[in-house]
Amino acid sequence: MGRITLEKVQKKFGETEVIPPLDLTIEDGEFVVFVGPSGCGKSTLLRLIAGLEDVSSGEIRIDGQPATDLPPAKRGLAMVFQSYALYPHMTVRKNIAFPMKMAGMDQAEQDRRIKKAADALNLTDYLDRRPGQLSGGQRQRVAIGRAIVREPAAFLFDEPLSNLDAALRVGMRLEISELHSRLETTMIYVTHDQVEAMTMADKIVVLRAGNIEQVGSPLELYREPRNVFVAGFIGSPKMNLMSGPAAQAHGAHTIGIRPEHLDVVESGGTFSGKVGVSEHLGSDTFFHVHVDAMEEPMTVRAGGEVGLRHGDMIHLEPQADKIHRFDEKGLRIA
Amino acid sequence: MATQHSRSAARLMMAPAVFVLLVWMLVPLGMTLWFSFRQYLPLRGGDLGFAGWDNYVRFVTSSSFWPSIYSTLIIVGGVLVITIFFGILLAMLLDQPMFGQGIVRILVIAPFFVMPTVSALVWKNMFMDPTNGLLAHLWRFFGADPVVWLSDVPLFSIVLIVSWQWLPFATLILLTAIQSLDSDQLEAAEMDGAPHLKRFWYIILPHLSRAITIVLLIQTIFLLSIFAEIFVTTGGAFGTRTLTYLIFQRVLESQNIGLGSAGGVYAIILANIVAIFLMRIVGKNLDT
Repeated sequence: MGRITLEKVQKKFGETEVIPPLDLTIEDGEFVVFVGPSGCGKSTLLRLIAGLEDVSSGEIRIDGQPATDLPPAKRGLAMVFQSYALYPHMTVRKNIAFPMKMAGMDQAEQDRRIKKAADALNLTDYLDRRPGQLSGGQRQRVAIGRAIVREPAAFLFDEPLSNLDAALRVGMRLEISELHSRLETTMIYVTHDQVEAMTMADKIVVLRAGNIEQVGSPLELYREPRNVFVAGFIGSPKMNLMSGPAAQAHGAHTIGIRPEHLDVVESGGTFSGKVGVSEHLGSDTFFHVHVDAMEEPMTVRAGGEVGLRHGDMIHLEPQADKIHRFDEKGLRIA
Repeated sequence: MATQHSRSAARLMMAPAVFVLLVWMLVPLGMTLWFSFRQYLPLRGGDLGFAGWDNYVRFVTSSSFWPSIYSTLIIVGGVLVITIFFGILLAMLLDQPMFGQGIVRILVIAPFFVMPTVSALVWKNMFMDPTNGLLAHLWRFFGADPVVWLSDVPLFSIVLIVSWQWLPFATLILLTAIQSLDSDQLEAAEMDGAPHLKRFWYIILPHLSRAITIVLLIQTIFLLSIFAEIFVTTGGAFGTRTLTYLIFQRVLESQNIGLGSAGGVYAIILANIVAIFLMRIVGKNLDT
């Protein structure tokens, strides 16, 4: 069981308020991702839940029990750190056994759990090595192994993949998702990478400057971003945001159109401009189109083998029902 | 860089330094070895010719040889234990954020800057003096008889003085080691359910093992040759005669250079035995 509730949780470092009072409920078994630009307070929020930082005010409950004043070890949560935080002088086996040893578990049970974790994480051949002799991905798996043997109420991941190279990251992303569907334990995952958030989460919490901007499933956030910030943050490449006459035509202060919702048309079209840089991904091509009277180039997604070249004039027409409209305060107009 | 030309140029430029170092080391060593086989009594006829192994035999069969080895090891061991134990404690204290951290750190390091002779004299006259010393006053304040430190517990007194001098060194090395510990590891251990003492035992202490090894090795090398502290306090009396001090007495007080030189060779052998011994025990901490 791992239902975590935050009530009016606030964190101040001296006079600076890092996290203004905030409410959040994480259901049992959910995969929740905290996402936001660096410095948005997402790691701090995770550390508050872990108990590594004290809340300034408010209450944290785990499975309905007040946990605000419990020390980290008593909360029944396990954490995977960005730096892995493996104990360098211990073998992989001892690293994984450490939390069980601290809990005074009997040796047979320890061995059984180590074996189970090592099998699940492909670490069986490495149990007698030290962390220094392992690759980044293996270290990551040891850190996860150390977390799962405790059979915690919830897992906390603090940017666990940011030290891995791109290919490994995709692999580990799958492994963690797989692990979640197997264990069905609550997982809270912090990242600044919205791709990780979109691909892994049941529920995404978008944070900015300690404030929750929006909570929802990946597709909810994609389809109906509540404000300009979420609109610009979720989705890759970024949504094209524009204000001025183009927006006023739709009765809004700002409108947003995702690159994939812009069609290239033969003539006419709402926008026209010169093709700038184009990024060929094989399956897709992203064009940066310089539209007159607009400072930022627009990004357009087209098929993989469209024969457009640098400097070509093209005409663009947004799909009418996929235009996001926002008011002066940046809030979505329904 | 590693062309034939640059390598030979590098050798050429390093040659003077290597030469000076070699001469610096080999000439005294050679002379010690040479004199150790001579019967050389400067005030009683000078160099009286070849002595064979006589000096070596006389040095170890002398009744003061084994006691001197014993006091040497007691002093070295005692100082190592005290400085490493309190060094770890002090380093962990100094690592905590506190008011006036910079000044406190400088104060802690200060004893290291005091010359051995001076610090031993200060201890002898200001702390350990049985009538006027601070410790005597302290003892009397509590109604106890003052301890006559340098004659009642001479070895302990010298260990105390030398420890006071070397504690800053140990603290400094251990402090830098503690500061290099990744705080994530401590937090991970905290989440894993390790309370303070266990975090110290399982995380901090293993992390410090390399620094402790270095402190152990460097201090041992220097402590084997302590001299000034003994010279100005007990003058080698009351069982505080270390091997170094014994050699000094043989050469200068008995005016027997041959015998002293033989002692010097023993000292070299002892230092090497201790060094190999230490390397064996702790050397494995230095790799990885």
